[in-house]
Amino acid sequence: MKVSYYPGCSLDGTAREFGESVEGMARMLGVELAELPDWNCCGSSSAHATSEALAFDLAARNLGIAERAGLDLLVPCALCFSRLKTAQKTIAAGRTSGGISTLTSSKVQVKDSVDFLWHDVGEKAIRQKVKKSLKGLNPVCYYGCLTTRPPHITDAPMPEDPHGMDLLLESLGANVKNWSYKTECCGGSLTLSLPEVAHKLIQKLLDMAQEAGADCIVAACPMCHSNLDTWQREISRETGKNYYIPIFYFTELMGLSFEHPDTRKWLRRHSTDPLPFLRQKGLL
Amino acid sequence: MTVTELPTDIIPHSSFRAEVEEKSGQKISACFQCEKCTNGCPVTFAMDIAPHRLIRSVHLGLKEEVLKSDTIWVCASCEACTTRCPNGIDIAHIMDTLRQMSQRQGFPASRKNVPLLHRAFLTSVKRRGRVNETGLAVSYTLKSAGLGGLLKQGMNQGLGMLRRGKLRLLPDRVRAGDQISDIFKNTEKKG
Repeated sequence: MKVSYYPGCSLDGTAREFGESVEGMARMLGVELAELPDWNCCGSSSAHATSEALAFDLAARNLGIAERAGLDLLVPCALCFSRLKTAQKTIAAGRTSGGISTLTSSKVQVKDSVDFLWHDVGEKAIRQKVKKSLKGLNPVCYYGCLTTRPPHITDAPMPEDPHGMDLLLESLGANVKNWSYKTECCGGSLTLSLPEVAHKLIQKLLDMAQEAGADCIVAACPMCHSNLDTWQREISRETGKNYYIPIFYFTELMGLSFEHPDTRKWLRRHSTDPLPFLRQKGLL
Repeated sequence: MTVTELPTDIIPHSSFRAEVEEKSGQKISACFQCEKCTNGCPVTFAMDIAPHRLIRSVHLGLKEEVLKSDTIWVCASCEACTTRCPNGIDIAHIMDTLRQMSQRQGFPASRKNVPLLHRAFLTSVKRRGRVNETGLAVSYTLKSAGLGGLLKQGMNQGLGMLRRGKLRLLPDRVRAGDQISDIFKNTEKKG
């Protein structure tokens, strides 16, 4: 199987371990990722907060490149996924005025990483690669906002209660916990500009994960991961509570279960060091 | 029972609702104040006007109140309101429209760091077509917190991230830079 691949700026930088583990899992599962030639930033929160036309054109340029490649487009970052899907739906509705893009139709399917690995590559292929069961791991799956919401953009069948990541982790043997904070916002877009607001949202997620009986949180979005992972020490200091909850990308846990040789390298990049936790669980 | 006196010093801006409806493509007048947006919003604790009241204020033409509010800058764009609105109003998109109007019409942002970050972000995109997160964090922190803030943040987070290989120091550049500058040039006029 071959797909176009849009890594986005974070997967080249602060979320390198997500990029590397997505690419590693694709390779193990026989998927060829063809990086979109000369892709540009999707515009992120800043473009759509500033100018309608700018947000559309930055995203649409990438769709144009993907259209020429003629393959489905894998977009692991939730924010990039949301921006590219929004541009695509805008084109589909015939509302391209305001921008300079000449793209008038886009038939490329834009896919997020969970949907692609679980539905397109498929459960059977994933189960065949499992070498080590993640039994003993009690995660909650955290989907965040933008791979599911709003459903008229994402086409998510159950935007308030997504399941793909839960099923995928269960197929690796993990004891996935249910919780009602699967899609609650972590404040990713506000971390730098309104940290006091973001910290409250992060703390709530950490608290609710623990209340659900989870010992770690699994994410599929670079902003969610970075937000939950990076600020635990600071939030512990602010609140007087002591937080230590490892935050994983679901592709890293696949790497652990498939025994991908680079898994340790990915996990060493986290702020909240997951290695002692995994050793204690007998998984490293 | 006392009847609350209506404020007399508010002068409704009669065309405001029409302007927001036209720019956002959303029908503000379809809102029947069910409060689902507000009840699902994760950041109301930091807002001065709850989302359903903000929509009502747009309807009433309270332009200054809306465009100077904390609410439009505190909104995290999480799309819960849009997803749950029973009348199909894209509230998160209206928030975008209000942010755009407030900046274009020169209203001072009540939470100035939010648009400051957006500007730093877009400057980075304009220059290279992609965002270098390290450069962005440095330029934003310098602008919002000065050199002292940058040093503190660098010590707190920067060094650790650098050590863990999370910071890319040399940014990538899109080869077709002229296409990116064209996009910025042409869309700046259109809004």
